[in-house]
Amino acid sequence: MQPDLPPLLRFDNLTLGYERHPAIHHLSAAIPAGALVAVIGPNGAGKSTLLKGVAGELRPIGGHIHLPEFGRKGIAYMPQRSEMDHSFPVSVFDMVAMGLWHELGPFSGLSRAQRDRVGHALEAVSLAGFERRPIGSLSGGQLQRARFARLILQDAPVILLDEPFAAIDTRTVDDLMHLMLHWHGEGRTILTVVHDYNQVRQHFPTSLLLARELVAFGPTAAVLTDAHLARARHLSEAFDDNAPECHVEEAA
Amino acid sequence: MSLYELLLAPFADFGFMRRALVGCLALALGATPVGVFLLLRRMSLMGDAMSHAILPGAALGYLAFGLSLGAMTIGGIIAGLVVVFAAGIVTRASILKEDASLAAFYLLSLAAGVMIVSLRGRNLDLLHVLFGSVLALDDASLILISAISSVTVLGLALLFRPLVLECFDPSFLRAVSRLSPVAHYGFLMLVVLNLVSGFHALGTLMAVGIMILPSAAARLWARSLPATLLVAVLIAFGSGLIGLLVSFHIDVPAGPAIVLMCGVAYFASLLAAPGGVLAGRLPVRRHLES
Repeated sequence: MQPDLPPLLRFDNLTLGYERHPAIHHLSAAIPAGALVAVIGPNGAGKSTLLKGVAGELRPIGGHIHLPEFGRKGIAYMPQRSEMDHSFPVSVFDMVAMGLWHELGPFSGLSRAQRDRVGHALEAVSLAGFERRPIGSLSGGQLQRARFARLILQDAPVILLDEPFAAIDTRTVDDLMHLMLHWHGEGRTILTVVHDYNQVRQHFPTSLLLARELVAFGPTAAVLTDAHLARARHLSEAFDDNAPECHVEEAA
Repeated sequence: MSLYELLLAPFADFGFMRRALVGCLALALGATPVGVFLLLRRMSLMGDAMSHAILPGAALGYLAFGLSLGAMTIGGIIAGLVVVFAAGIVTRASILKEDASLAAFYLLSLAAGVMIVSLRGRNLDLLHVLFGSVLALDDASLILISAISSVTVLGLALLFRPLVLECFDPSFLRAVSRLSPVAHYGFLMLVVLNLVSGFHALGTLMAVGIMILPSAAARLWARSLPATLLVAVLIAFGSGLIGLLVSFHIDVPAGPAIVLMCGVAYFASLLAAPGGVLAGRLPVRRHLES
């Protein structure tokens, strides 16, 4: 971590959950500006829930998320399961160009310069020449590349990626990882849910290990220890309907 | 029978046929594009449900003021909007999904409508409400239908981008803007308006026909959204034209004839179009290099 930078995102005794059952329990952590963070943990550990909370899709049931000054406008969020309707008759170009929403709004047309930027974004993910193809004709990996191209155009200082590498081949993973490192170099703050520990060790300077509660947060080498991983594995996923109310101090 | 007598004379000689044709053109331009979006949002059956929902409002207007255009129109619009927003509130506030809450409201609405109509019922009037009267459109009805079509074209133009995003990637729209509910409810209001306008010409039960059938046929032909919209409008207007002629020459009711013509276009597309049932069963053509 870069301790000299002020925290950009701060979780303050944060509890997120569904119908009063916590999926993230009393999490406190500060994400420094410009950090490239791997959010890791077993299934059911609350990784996606945390990203949803930061993106504003889920309201905290306890504690606070302190957002940066620019607010949610500067946060680009790519959910794990896309709700995208792949049979909809829209071209790859149009789908990717919607990453410019903050510049275009509901009415503006694309200027020549903006068209060029869409073209460059498609080139950056090796999808040049796919502009006119309907999105339904793309393979899973190509679609993920297109979603990354849209992220490039969103040009957000904070990027949240929920399992961007699920069911993607190694070459595509390498390309997309390269893109994320490039964003990291540009000083963007990135939170990514990843499952491959080798990838985390290789590319992510910072890790946040969750098992509903925070297990460890810090430099990846210090987080990914056998002891920490063993603790995370003992997570109980069960929701108990008769569980008593939680009375951990609110001001932890 | 000469070609002139077959195609032009009915419209040249009879004012009611010209009015009916203008009504069909307005419906094709307004209601059919709305139908395309219903189809793409997988809400085709919801259009049908909504058409039942506007019945009690129209019936109440009829009960209070007789066969008055204004009263039945306003009643229909209010009933439709009440059902749309009530279903929306229930969907957001309960665990019921949209289809369930909408079904509940439209079934109640339909029952209430039939009850109201039969309270002062001569069956003839019920027939008018259910099946419309495309061959008896007066000036006021024609102006109403055209006005609703104009509002629809304008509304769709304004909502176009958010609506397209709401259709194919709603979570992205919610992430980048607050227009998601605007697109959703704005679109549903257009649906209600066009069902009311279609109901004057074709009746509550068949108004959905000219929305969905041409859209389904067009979807089988076109690969892009603008092309789908264009083909759907052409099919709808063509079906209106041919349906009116068929109705004139062999003396059958015009409303069902128009919807049946839309059906003919749909089945023809199913057979011939690249997205239809036959396309996948043709002999395999030699594949391309890449």
